[in-house]
Order: sequence, then structure tokens, then C-alpha cells
Amino acid sequence: MKKLSRGFDIKLLGRAENVTLNCDWPSLYAVKPPDVVGIGPIPKLSVDIGSRVRAGDSLFFDKQRPQIHFCSPVSGEVIRVGRGPKRAITEVVVRADAETEYKTFPVPPLDAASREDIIQLLLDSGAWVLMRERPFNVVPNPDRTPRDIFISCFDTAPLAADQNVLIEGKEEAFQTGLKVLAKLTSGRVHLGVSPTSSDVFTRASAATITSFSGPHPAGNVGIQIHHVAPINKGDIVWTIKPQDVAIIGRLFQKGIFDAKRKVAITGPEVERPGYIDTVLGASVESMLKGQVARDQVRVISGNVLTGSHIPRDGFLGLFDDQLTVIEQGNKPEFFGWLVPSYPRPSLSHSFAAFLKPKKEYAVNTNTHGCERAFVVTGEYEKVVPMDIYPQYLLKSILYSDFEQMEGLGIYEVVEEDLALCEFICTSKQPVQQILRSGLDLVRIEG
Amino acid sequence: MKLFENLVQKVKPYFEGDGKLHRFHYAFEAIETLFFVPGTETESGTHIRDGIDLKRTMFMVVLALIPTLLFGIWNVGHQHFLAVGQYGGALEGFADKVLFGLGKVLPIVVVSYGVGLAIEIAFAIFRKHPVNEGFFVTGMLIPLIMPPTIPLWMVALATAFAVILGKEAFGGTGMNILNIALLARVFLFFAYPTYMSGEAVWVAGNPMDFIDGFSGATPLGVAYLNGASGLAAAQPFDYGLTSLIIGTVPGSIGETSVVAILIGAVLLLITGIASWRIMGSVVIGAFGMATLFTWFDLSFYQGVPAVTHLAMGSMLFATVFMATDPVTGAQTHTGKIIYGLLIGMFGMIIRTLNPAYPDGWMLAILLMNVFAPTIDHFVVQSNIKRRMSRAL
Repeated sequence: MKKLSRGFDIKLLGRAENVTLNCDWPSLYAVKPPDVVGIGPIPKLSVDIGSRVRAGDSLFFDKQRPQIHFCSPVSGEVIRVGRGPKRAITEVVVRADAETEYKTFPVPPLDAASREDIIQLLLDSGAWVLMRERPFNVVPNPDRTPRDIFISCFDTAPLAADQNVLIEGKEEAFQTGLKVLAKLTSGRVHLGVSPTSSDVFTRASAATITSFSGPHPAGNVGIQIHHVAPINKGDIVWTIKPQDVAIIGRLFQKGIFDAKRKVAITGPEVERPGYIDTVLGASVESMLKGQVARDQVRVISGNVLTGSHIPRDGFLGLFDDQLTVIEQGNKPEFFGWLVPSYPRPSLSHSFAAFLKPKKEYAVNTNTHGCERAFVVTGEYEKVVPMDIYPQYLLKSILYSDFEQMEGLGIYEVVEEDLALCEFICTSKQPVQQILRSGLDLVRIEG
Repeated sequence: MKLFENLVQKVKPYFEGDGKLHRFHYAFEAIETLFFVPGTETESGTHIRDGIDLKRTMFMVVLALIPTLLFGIWNVGHQHFLAVGQYGGALEGFADKVLFGLGKVLPIVVVSYGVGLAIEIAFAIFRKHPVNEGFFVTGMLIPLIMPPTIPLWMVALATAFAVILGKEAFGGTGMNILNIALLARVFLFFAYPTYMSGEAVWVAGNPMDFIDGFSGATPLGVAYLNGASGLAAAQPFDYGLTSLIIGTVPGSIGETSVVAILIGAVLLLITGIASWRIMGSVVIGAFGMATLFTWFDLSFYQGVPAVTHLAMGSMLFATVFMATDPVTGAQTHTGKIIYGLLIGMFGMIIRTLNPAYPDGWMLAILLMNVFAPTIDHFVVQSNIKRRMSRAL
């Protein structure tokens, strides 16, 4: 058991209870190119508006590496292609049939299948893009063999879904998925588990299991990699989430891209937080119906630290198993920096509330102050349980010193690993944005 | 309050975009954000932010300084009345002492804040950047490390020198190399030494009124000349350890009371704003050095025990409020410990071995400010080497 002491659990109201909520089955689904890193901003469409697709049919593919397909999670009709600045594709929307029709893929017998066959099937079915490659958190390169594959089986992010609940009923598919992954790497498949992880994870075969305990970000796969087998220059590891391992498992069991996912509906603005059975990329409109009373809210696909802001009729992100709704914080606050008019979570002991560490908060999107130069030191280290100097790393990115970035460990972190730094930052620096600019710089020019 | 908010919102357009007063945008913003935390929402990255900001952080430090300020105000009066032979007891003539102290201290505070903030705001307007809260603290620190007799124009000059050359020239708060308040003091110390040291500057009032044989020397001065026996025999003051701890002795305005400084230290440590690593290691470094000097009888301070050394002069004030400045100090955990130890050791070396300087903390901290980036460099390099060797 690896005990991590540094970190911070942001305690919020609206944790999902272990109940499955009923809502109207969403009719719209979308796959969003901006959810992934490492493909061109304008991927090539394989369909036109009005095209009929089955679940597993390609919607678009990467121009540089045309074998990387993004497939429809449902069957139906392509009704919209969202465009952003410079004609970048923001989303491809499919209206689902009442009954899902799956494209069937010929599945090689797992024990005899070659690595190339497995990769081909993953690429063709669209399951490939559910994996991510470190460093940089990009779509994995099919031409390279990862040193290891890492899967975190618990999530410590604010209000995160309980992975034990998400995997219920998918145990066998998960085990099959692990076997598939084991054939992709020259090293091991690592599972990071917590003391409360279910047997599905702790007794998994074909994997090396490491137990972790500690506050967020102990559940981040990047932190776990650092403590099990850190990423050195030149190393490549892949990561994937447990439910997506099960999607790969079902692909090899049944020969279909069955992208069902359970997601947690959470947040202080949600009236009945709980779980919903749905499919990757589903519209959140029906999930939120009757759940959110206020108008002035922000809907987040993912958690409050790393999720993306989506409209109330937007779509779940490609990797997200959580939906969070919080209040908007657009009101000025009289002397708010001195006498806060409502309680708010903070790592700082300058608020007396630090004496009540179990208190849960209703939060909003206010920045609680303005951006300043770095002044306070030593605070980032408190929330990053790694042998890394986050502030020095960020500064090396700001002055574009490649050698320093490498030396200070840029290969070991992605945005989510330093997200807590951004939350606690006294100077309100955009930490994740700075880190991403450094990652892109090293990836493209390094 | 709503009325005030409406008023602010009403004049705001004048300061924005093409408004008539847009040049003063950042001056307006500084005042606006002082009263109202703006309704700005998170855009990229995390959707929620911690309640802490730089204003609150800086205000906590000012709050921690308040006990030393209040005690200093009373003590300036107390020392004056001791010198003229009135109100010998600590509690006698309380109101008179406070009024006298206020008359001396308040103008210094007003000048320090006035000059400093004017320069900050002017630079913010010309450079087009928001006003940083750093001067909240600096403006309070400067008066507290001045002798009560300091002429106001010197305070103004020193503040302007420190803020312009020490901070703005480097790009503002967060970019400076040297501690601003100490820079203000060191400027006066070398430019006008007779106003900053000696026996005559620590007690306010007209020397003609003072009782016969009154010297006005600080405990440090007495101990330097006559050692422990000198401290024991001091008149009309009591320079025993109890007085040093309570702070009823002459000295710079905020530095004398150990109790008041410790109250501030506790607040800074509980809130986590000052680094316990730095505070602790300075005290350990200084105590160790003082013990060593006493042991080998190397010190000019005959027979003064190490504990008394910690309570005398500006040692504690500098440790709690100056060495812990996050911008000018070391930034890594290991670096902070090395930085603190060296400040403690150098400070005590300058105090005990160098007859030219009455106290070593100002110089020791400024020296280590310069070396802090070097210390951090080695700490960070060792991290880089560790990572590189892992890859092999």
C-alpha cells in the first residue's frame, strides 16, 4: 500500500448516491474532436449530414493517421456537424434510432490473435481512441508499443463517480478487456486500487495491482504511474478508464462497439444526485430534466477541476463518466476577500472553516480574486504527491526552456495532475492552460 | 451598501474602454476590487477556485503586525515618559503614553503608505497592470523598523527609493530580489547613519527635557559595551529578560516586544502564510551561533546568554516578518531550511563579531535574499539530476 499524504479533498455537496435514476433515453449523441489531444483540428469526415450510421461506423478520422477512427456510439442519422473557429469541427451529432443496430466486426480468437490483429480491430471499431498515451495525454500511436498500461480503479476528484458502482455488471467484460490490453504492451498492465475497491479490481487477473490511499489526486493515474514506474524521457505508457476497458472487453466478446457507460450526476445544484445508465457522448438534456431548479448554473461534463463547460443541451465528453452542475458566481461580493458572505472550500487556514474538515460546500464559479504574479511559495507542493517542483516547472514553460521542462518532469504530468494547484493558487494563475501550452510545445517542437 | 455598489457601477464606464478616464482604469480597479470581489467567473481550467486570494493573504500579514504596532505606539510613549522622569510604572499614564506614541507613529505610517501607494498606482497606470497588494504589508513594515525619531521626509525618501528601485524596476510585486522594507531601512542606515543608530534616536522627545544622566541606549548597545552586568545595572530602564520579553525597552517602533511578535508569529503559522521552515531554522541558526560564541567566549557581549540574544534587538521581528517574505526568500522546502539557518548564523556573526554594525539581521537577510535563488537552483538541480539518473 502506498500512502500519499499530500493532496486535498474538495468537499462538495451533491455526491451521487448509489441509486440508478430513470430518465428519458437521450435521442442525440455526439463525438467531439476537441475532447482528444494529438489529432488535427479539422479531422476528415467519413459521413455527410443525413448519412445513416450503425454503432461502430466511422464518423470521422484523423487526417495525419487515417487509421484512427472515431465511431458512432449509436445507430441513427447524422444530423449536424458543429463548426468552430477556422472551420474546426467541434462535434458530430447523431440522432439515435429507438433500437441500436451494431456493426459487427470479425473477432479473432483472443489467445491466438496477433498484436497487429488486435490493434486493427480496436482502430476499426473506434475503441482505440478510448486509450490515451503519456507523455502528453494524446491519442495512442498504433505504431509504437507502450512500456506499460495503467488503469486507475478509483477516482478521488471532487464528487467523482464510484468506480465500483460504474463497473457493476461489467465484471466479465472488464476481465476480457484486461487480457486484450495485456497483449498490447511489452510490459505490464497496472491497476491502481484503493482500500475500498471491489474484488473486480483487487482480484483482477492478468494485471499487477498496487494499492494507494490518500486525498485527491491519489486516484489520478498520473500520480500512480509516478509511484509505480515513473515515465522517463523516451518512455511511452498508455492509460484507460475501467469502464472503457469493459467496452474493449465487449468488443472482443461480441464483436460490436457497445459504448454503454454509467455516469454519475452530481453537484450542489442537482436535486437527486445518482447514477444513470447511458451511452458515450449522450446529450445531457434529458438527464438534467427536473433535476436543476435554477437557471444560473454551469453544466460540466466531468468534475469541477478538469471537466469541460457544456450547454444544458450539450453532450458528455468522450472520457467523462460524471456530470456536475454548480451555480454561476457572477455577483460582486462586498469585501468578500475579508469577510466572505458565504462559506467556500479552501486549503488556506486563514478561513476558520479549516477546523471543520468534513464540512461540504455548495460552490460557484467565481474566481474569488484576480490574477496576480506568483507570490506565495510552497503551496503547490502541498497538493502534488510527486517528487516534482510544480512552480518551477510552470515557470520553465513560461520562458520556454525545453531542457528545464524535461528535467523538471513535464513528461510525468498532464493537466489533471496539477489541477489542484490551479484551484488553490493564491495568484489565480491558469495552471492547466500553462501546462498544456508546455506539453504542446514539447510534443510538437521537442 | 447596495447604494454604494450602484454608484461604483455607475462611474465604472468612465474608466473603461473609451471612457473619459480610461487612463486611470487600473487605479479605479484597485479601489473597486478593494471593496468588491468582482463577479468574475472561471473561464478555462478549474471551474471553481479557492476562497484565498492575494488581498486576503496580505491582509493576514498586516493583521499579524497589528500587535507589534499597538505595542509600539504605547512603548514610544512609555520610553518618552521614562526619559523625562514621569509615569515610571508600566500602567501609569496609559492614555498620555498612547497619545504621545500615536503622535509619533501615526504620521510615519501615513507617510509610508501614502508615498508607497502613490508610486504603486502611478506605475500601474503607466505600465497598464493591476495594482498588486504587496504594498499592504510593506507599507506597515517600514514604520515598524524605524526609530521613533525618524524625520518624516526620510521615511518618504526611503519608501520611494525602495519601491521604485527595489520593486518597480524589477517588474513589481513578485519580481523583486530584495525585501522592500529592509531595502528602505538599509538605504537610510547607510545614507543617514546618525538618524538610524547610536544612543540618541530611540527615545522620542526633546533631549533637554530628559532627566540627568539619561543615555537612551538600547539593550543591545548596553550589552555590547558592558555585557551581562551592564544589562543588569541599566538605569532608569530595566533591561532584564522579563522586560525584553514584554518589550518595555527602547528600540525600533515594532521590534521590542517578544510577546507581540510571537502573537503575530502564531497567526502566521496557523494560517500557514509564513513558512515554519524559515522561522524555525533562523531561530535554530541564531541560537546555535550565539551558544557557540558564548561557549568559546568570542563575543563582545560578555556573559550574555543565548536566550537573551534572541530577545534583544530586531532578531525576532526580522525572523517572523522579514525572513519569511515568500518573494525574496528561498522557494523550495529544502532551500528554505538552508536559507533560514544561514540567516540565523550570519545575523548572529554580524551582531557579535562586527563592531561596526549594531545589529546583523537586516544585512544578513538582504545578503541571503541575493543568494536565495542560488540555493534554490541547487535544490532544483538535484531534483533534475535525480530524474535524469532514473532514466539511465
